[in-house]
Amino acid sequence: MELERPLPQPITPEAKPYWDGLREQKLMLPRCRACRRAFLYPRVLCPFCHASDIEWVQASGRGKLYSFEIAYQTISKAFKVKPPYVLAMIELEEGPRMMSNLVGIEPDPKRIACDMPVEVVFEKLTDEITLPLFKPAGGAR
Amino acid sequence: MKELRNSVCIVGADESDELGTLPNKSMLTLHLEAVRNAVRDAGLKISDVDGVFTAGQHSPATIGEALGIVPRYVDGTTVGGCSFIIMVGHAMVALHHGLCDVAVVCHGESGRSGVGVTPRRDTALPGQYETPYGFGGAPTYFGMITTRHMHEYGTTLEQWAQVAVSTRAWAGLNPKARNREPITVADVLNSRPVCYPFNLLNICLVTDAGGAVVLTRADRAKDCAKKPVYVRGAGEATEHVMLTQMKNLTQSESTRLSGAKAFAMAGVGPKDFDHIMLYDAFTSGPPIMLESLGLCKPGEGVHYFENGKSTPGGTLPINTNGGGLSYTHSGMYGIFPIIEAVRQQRGECGPRQVPGTKLSLVNGMGGMLSAAGTLVLSHER
Repeated sequence: MELERPLPQPITPEAKPYWDGLREQKLMLPRCRACRRAFLYPRVLCPFCHASDIEWVQASGRGKLYSFEIAYQTISKAFKVKPPYVLAMIELEEGPRMMSNLVGIEPDPKRIACDMPVEVVFEKLTDEITLPLFKPAGGAR
Repeated sequence: MKELRNSVCIVGADESDELGTLPNKSMLTLHLEAVRNAVRDAGLKISDVDGVFTAGQHSPATIGEALGIVPRYVDGTTVGGCSFIIMVGHAMVALHHGLCDVAVVCHGESGRSGVGVTPRRDTALPGQYETPYGFGGAPTYFGMITTRHMHEYGTTLEQWAQVAVSTRAWAGLNPKARNREPITVADVLNSRPVCYPFNLLNICLVTDAGGAVVLTRADRAKDCAKKPVYVRGAGEATEHVMLTQMKNLTQSESTRLSGAKAFAMAGVGPKDFDHIMLYDAFTSGPPIMLESLGLCKPGEGVHYFENGKSTPGGTLPINTNGGGLSYTHSGMYGIFPIIEAVRQQRGECGPRQVPGTKLSLVNGMGGMLSAAGTLVLSHER
């Protein structure tokens, strides 16, 4: 079956726990054992204190919509979700920000606001790859 | 740092022979035309050039080879569209220390027609963390900064639109500008929605274009063809590449730092300028840059574009070439605001000349306010 979205690629070795976690419907975050701060994207040293002792922890999946856009057209041929759709920058309650989509809401700037609470939903693309999307907290998908 | 102030001059500046939609010209052709024209503008010969500074797909080695010269100093720092602005600072240091004598900072890009261009590939980071959600193309990123700014400061779509209106008024006075018909705020608001909060007229052009500037030390600049334009100050910084890594979406740390360094070198304050060139890939960019540079408080940058202040005849002219919004935008726009500032400082701009301008501010971004370069330029020492 044709995929609706381009698969993430190339998957890098330092991000394997992130993608492994998503396959099990867990949003995993790298966290620095020295300063205890979580961060994204995964990397081998802490961007805050520059220590190299990194552990992985499961995120709550809750956060807020830090900012958003509504795409009315798509440039990438590999991305087949029909516009309009919501491009989202999520700020997780653990701190890190990540790009995703806001789903389960009408793509209308009057209905969407920065800082609205959101929670993760998992979108399985293949047996290997599941993506973290977000929906308004408490709402149905 | 202050010993660099006024140590070098921009002595040549020009575009490629044509700008616009040029399916019969490769990226390399645009590049070489720009270098030839800028060197000619300086009254120099290509064989005089011994420093090559360029960014993007062409390495400075490619440009040196294509020009048929053996540069003894090269720089290929590629941190986005502002790279050329940053490279004026790099050229200043190299010239000052005698590492080269005639530096050319040059750009050529077949941004619209894609002639002689290798298709871009995702790097590992966007490919993993952004592309699967539909990100791709600058409007899908810069809108994040813009939406958050509207949330934090109450800026409106009408205020962003005013930037496009002001810039188009300048384009009407520039025969090289692609779009010259006047527009209104309503035209912007009614143009085709592309990616909220941007409609088509909030977004820069995509063109084929080249541009170049030539620099030499101030002592040698006197012998060149045109009035030298002194580089009083230059600054640069980079903060992030991935927008999720930008600490404060509505205030650019790289922009702030690049400005602070350039102003300190020049011995000027952020409000001393009488002519301003800002990298306008999107209407929201220039107001946010003015805020980050310290010309005004966060949230107040849009006021510079109200009541005709920034337009022809206004008290503080901004983007007098018509900008990336209406004049030309090949992809890496940064060379073009430098060219315009040089022409304004020389007094060459005809109907769009800013009367009596003595101090131009040039500021540009790379990526999404990721990198930044700032220049302070003047025809006076």
